[in-house]
Amino acid sequence: MGNAANSAAGSSAATGGLRAWLNKRLPIDEFVQSQLVGYYAPKNFNIWYFFGSLALLVFVIQIVTGIFLTMNYKPGELTAFDSVEYIMREVEWGWLIRYMHSTGASLFFVVVYLHMYRALVYGSYKAPRELLWLFGMCIYLALMAEAFFGYVLPWGNMSFWGAQVIVNLFGTIPGIGPGLVEWIRGDYGIADSTLNRFFALHVIALPLALALLIVLHIVALRQTGSNNPDGIEIKAKLGANGKPLDGIPFHPYYTLKDIVGIGVFLMIFAIIVFFVPTFGGLFLEAPNFTPANALSTPEHIAPVWYFTPFYAILRAVPDQRLGALLMGLSVLVYLFLPWLDRSPVKSVRYRGWIWKLALLVFTVSFLALMYLGLQPAEGRYVTMARIFTTTYFAFFVLMPFYTRIDPVKPVPERVTYHA
Amino acid sequence: MRKLAIIATVLALAAPAAFASGGEATASWQQWHAGNALGDRASLQRGARNFMNWCAGCHSLKYVRYQRIGTDLGIADDVMKANLVPPGAKITDYVVSAMPASLANASFGIVPPDLSLITRSKGTDYVYRFLKTFYADAAAATGTNNLALPGTAMPHVLSDLQGVQQAVFAQDGQFEKFEDGVPGQLTAAQYDAFVRDTVNFLEYAGEPAKLSRATIGIWVVLYLLLFTVIAWLLKQEYWKDVH
Repeated sequence: MGNAANSAAGSSAATGGLRAWLNKRLPIDEFVQSQLVGYYAPKNFNIWYFFGSLALLVFVIQIVTGIFLTMNYKPGELTAFDSVEYIMREVEWGWLIRYMHSTGASLFFVVVYLHMYRALVYGSYKAPRELLWLFGMCIYLALMAEAFFGYVLPWGNMSFWGAQVIVNLFGTIPGIGPGLVEWIRGDYGIADSTLNRFFALHVIALPLALALLIVLHIVALRQTGSNNPDGIEIKAKLGANGKPLDGIPFHPYYTLKDIVGIGVFLMIFAIIVFFVPTFGGLFLEAPNFTPANALSTPEHIAPVWYFTPFYAILRAVPDQRLGALLMGLSVLVYLFLPWLDRSPVKSVRYRGWIWKLALLVFTVSFLALMYLGLQPAEGRYVTMARIFTTTYFAFFVLMPFYTRIDPVKPVPERVTYHA
Repeated sequence: MRKLAIIATVLALAAPAAFASGGEATASWQQWHAGNALGDRASLQRGARNFMNWCAGCHSLKYVRYQRIGTDLGIADDVMKANLVPPGAKITDYVVSAMPASLANASFGIVPPDLSLITRSKGTDYVYRFLKTFYADAAAATGTNNLALPGTAMPHVLSDLQGVQQAVFAQDGQFEKFEDGVPGQLTAAQYDAFVRDTVNFLEYAGEPAKLSRATIGIWVVLYLLLFTVIAWLLKQEYWKDVH
């Protein structure tokens, strides 16, 4: 099949038939040739390189299940909660569609976090891939907004109070804060108008933005080519055919490999959807099975797990305004990574002990903050959140200094690959 | 092999604590577990009967239709109509309590909550503990109070079955133990089974799809396993050329 595609794409000047007719009007063969068969990717990708294609897969799952949910979901403070239960009980396979969508939301963040972490470990954000990283960050920010709006739609009590907390954060902006919050809500409280506009943003505005950003991300990737676990530019060593010596055609090699990754991922996905869809309250929280109630605050208001590292930072700071500012910075700081990192080496494989230690500190801090954000903000949890907030920011703030003195190792000429 | 190990691990980690044993009087009531089994259809049917006879007077299951209960629990339409659908209601109706909200408010000061999602928002163990920890309390308007939901407005409507137990508190107000009070029609074991069946039915009512989703899931996962193995073999075949 791979060979067939190879030769077919190779003879794009096919002379007759439907294919030629089509190619005269749409550059199909040219696209396949330049983007799939003729696009060379490093041959030494490891397990970390599955998450980009998986993120795209989850995006498609969310769009498709989302379309079907929209057919029965009714935004509105009197109808939203009931319509979700209607989907769960009366719509044919509605429960499956809904669980796929709710599980997809969480797994989207799982694969995106792993995808971003991969970039951190192998220095994929460094030149010449700064713009690729920035597009990726924009996707991440859009995804956060998308997830937040989607989380509000079932109109459970946690949706309601979560929206309350997040929207009120904008109220801490000096001067325009209170007016801004009112403008976002469209009412004096989280209400029908808020729910309706969040629905509009969730089903059309942000998915459109995401689709555009994903295209830009992939186009930028095709321009620079992928980084790899060795952090070596494979384009520096070309073979006689003008293609990188350490590269292999994206299709069939990586298309086939990615399908294996997709199979494993879908198995995990299916296990969650069919056996543990609430995932112990992490993916679907128990208080959200009670309709929104402005008079009854849930015991602990916690966002879904993927926001908890930042939520823990917010609560670690005694001053609310400063807390909100730090929380915003803790998300946006990744935008500056390409310029904070002054190391001459990309991959962790050839960096020194200082970077490895810093990376470990960051990893522990992020995971610890994720855990702490799920706990009540009291006692030693707050103390720990403060410590890890400090180490989290230290990783970024001190980066220009320690990456310069880090004792790096020589980077080899060619990638490491064991067949 | 490694992939299988990973899958097995995920399965083991993901398996819910569905087999937690039923709580008994020796453990503190906070440790009691409902221990109900959704696979036990007879228990679900008894639970449906219990709910319609003892709960539905005040509580609704507004997202559940009588007919759906019949279909899911294997109760024929005519049996449903004769026994479980109240007079005046159609079998296609939702299970809505006959009590008007205004009357409920006048009687209890609160409209009894809809129970469609009670096991999802509070858990099956909570409902089980709630139904088993009513005790005599002269200070309460209903004559009884509850450990799981102190100050509940709900009277102990199951007192005919359970009787009314006495609660013994330590001097610091800590609950110590239950003692027999007014006896009911059921033995302790019978009442326990009654509550378990009822909780079982409520868990079903919280998510009817739960009866079938795991069964479907096994086939989906097996299919994906086969798919992945074939995809992996194909990938291996192609990657032989990469050196």
